Amino acid sequence: MSAQVYNPNELLICTASRLMPDNTTAFIGTGIPMLAASLAQKMHAPNLVAIFEFGGTGAILDDLPLAVGERRTFHRAVAASGILDIVETAQRGFVEYGFLGGAQIDPYGNLNSTVIGDHDRPKVRLPGSGGGNDVGSHCWRTIAIMRHDSRRFVEKVDFITTPGYLDGLEAREKAGLPPGTGPYRVVTTLAVMGYHPESKRMMLLATQPGVSMEQVLENTGFGIVVEEEIESSPAPTDEELCLLRDEVDKDKYYI
Amino acid sequence: MMKVLQEGIGKLIQPPDLNAFRSSNRDKPKAMIDKRMSEAEAVQEFIHDGDYIGTELYGTVRCPQSLVNEIVRQGKKDLRVAGQGVYELDILLGASLVKALDITYIGMEVYGVSNCLRREVESGRVETCVEWSNAGIAWRFKAAAMGVPFLPARSMLGSDTLKYSSAKVVECPFTGDPMCLLPALILDVGLIHVHRADMYGNAQIDGITGFGAELARASKRLIISAEEIISTEEIRDNPEKTIIPYYLVDAVVEAPFGSHPGEMCYVYERDEDQIKEWIEASKTGETTRAYLEKYIYAVKDHAAYCQLVGEDRLAELKAMVPGR
Repeated sequence: MSAQVYNPNELLICTASRLMPDNTTAFIGTGIPMLAASLAQKMHAPNLVAIFEFGGTGAILDDLPLAVGERRTFHRAVAASGILDIVETAQRGFVEYGFLGGAQIDPYGNLNSTVIGDHDRPKVRLPGSGGGNDVGSHCWRTIAIMRHDSRRFVEKVDFITTPGYLDGLEAREKAGLPPGTGPYRVVTTLAVMGYHPESKRMMLLATQPGVSMEQVLENTGFGIVVEEEIESSPAPTDEELCLLRDEVDKDKYYI
Repeated sequence: MMKVLQEGIGKLIQPPDLNAFRSSNRDKPKAMIDKRMSEAEAVQEFIHDGDYIGTELYGTVRCPQSLVNEIVRQGKKDLRVAGQGVYELDILLGASLVKALDITYIGMEVYGVSNCLRREVESGRVETCVEWSNAGIAWRFKAAAMGVPFLPARSMLGSDTLKYSSAKVVECPFTGDPMCLLPALILDVGLIHVHRADMYGNAQIDGITGFGAELARASKRLIISAEEIISTEEIRDNPEKTIIPYYLVDAVVEAPFGSHPGEMCYVYERDEDQIKEWIEASKTGETTRAYLEKYIYAVKDHAAYCQLVGEDRLAELKAMVPGR
């Protein structure tokens, strides 16, 4: 347990970093995933192979990258190539974890980062897929990091930018996506969720410290599967917070 | 006969004409010709209203910004653009020069959504938005670079990204699985900023290469801007560093700090202050125009732009680069 006060971003970073084991490959995007990967390297996963979309493989994350293509994404890396080498590596099944975000997520982990409203007459035009769709198509396990409220957790996303389990069951395989891939976890400031092995609907696994199950349900715009035993996710430890504040994000870009 | 299972409803903005591409490649001079010119000359000669253009970069890294500024200065309009960009495409959108987009990502990364993209698309000034993933667009360049009409991939399947693209899903004739076919994307003009090039266009990049090699080979006309012009002898000393051989290139523009306010790895860092200035300015049409006036319209060329930013500031950005 931590005696320290922590902010929502610190909670997300610490929770996500624990999901990254040592000696594995992870496709790292901008923002919180970068901090989580850096923290994981310093805590329990010194040989976490951070893979960045535009060509960096195996960077040592001493210094925090601010964007997916900048020099820190291949600082002391084992290889510096280009986008197609990286995505083809994922398409061949070499990349275990991938991190995703979006404006909306549905019960099957489908993500929207393209438009709010109709595609051709959008209410809000968002940036688009970027590498999101590629990560969601090819990585074995994807982890979504989201802010948790009922505007973002919706029964049906306005646009499936990145495929989750589509409409459930075998839908991913039927669409031609590689078997055995798909959404693995959703990390929010309220909870950690997984997916029901059969229905593929989002399932509550653990609540964040001090959060009740009711709070999670209230802030989720769809029926979430709740198993009998809900754990409480451990709070960030003193060690994690110190590393995060003094080393990972010493210039205070994110936290 | 391959069975087509699904067709994206997005417009094929630039249908690939491979035979015309072969002919135009045959006609390109193979002689070593001095192709150095100013950015004004390069943009004037090789970019026309309505052209389909592409910029190669990642985020704000190695951004062909001095060339994009010149496009804005000359007001090349109704452009069709392959959209994976941050600051440079935001500037083109802010100047209302874009008519159609093959879009993968246009946003400001850690600073959030692009205000200019929102205004231009939500108002309908950008008439067409066709969706792709980053790899989807890069594979489309690779198909063109290979000289083939499409590449199969397992990205985009099952998503609305595919539905609103112009990709097709077929039953793979070998495995029977659904497979996404990405049509080759041949650019009228490609724009790439590199670390160094010789006067003929042999170009070298340090660090990761993004999709530079593919985009260069997918372009009918290619404008290279370079931090420095070096001798061909130096190119020949390290030929394995050359990702763009000269015969692909139509124009070579010397542009130190050509990526500013973006960065150039090992040379100078991103100008965070100016990026933030743009983020603020881009919030309304009026402040966007004021920013464009200050940094582009009121400035004669890239050299004058560098003077406006200031030698001291540029030196600071250079000094911020750590060793390897």
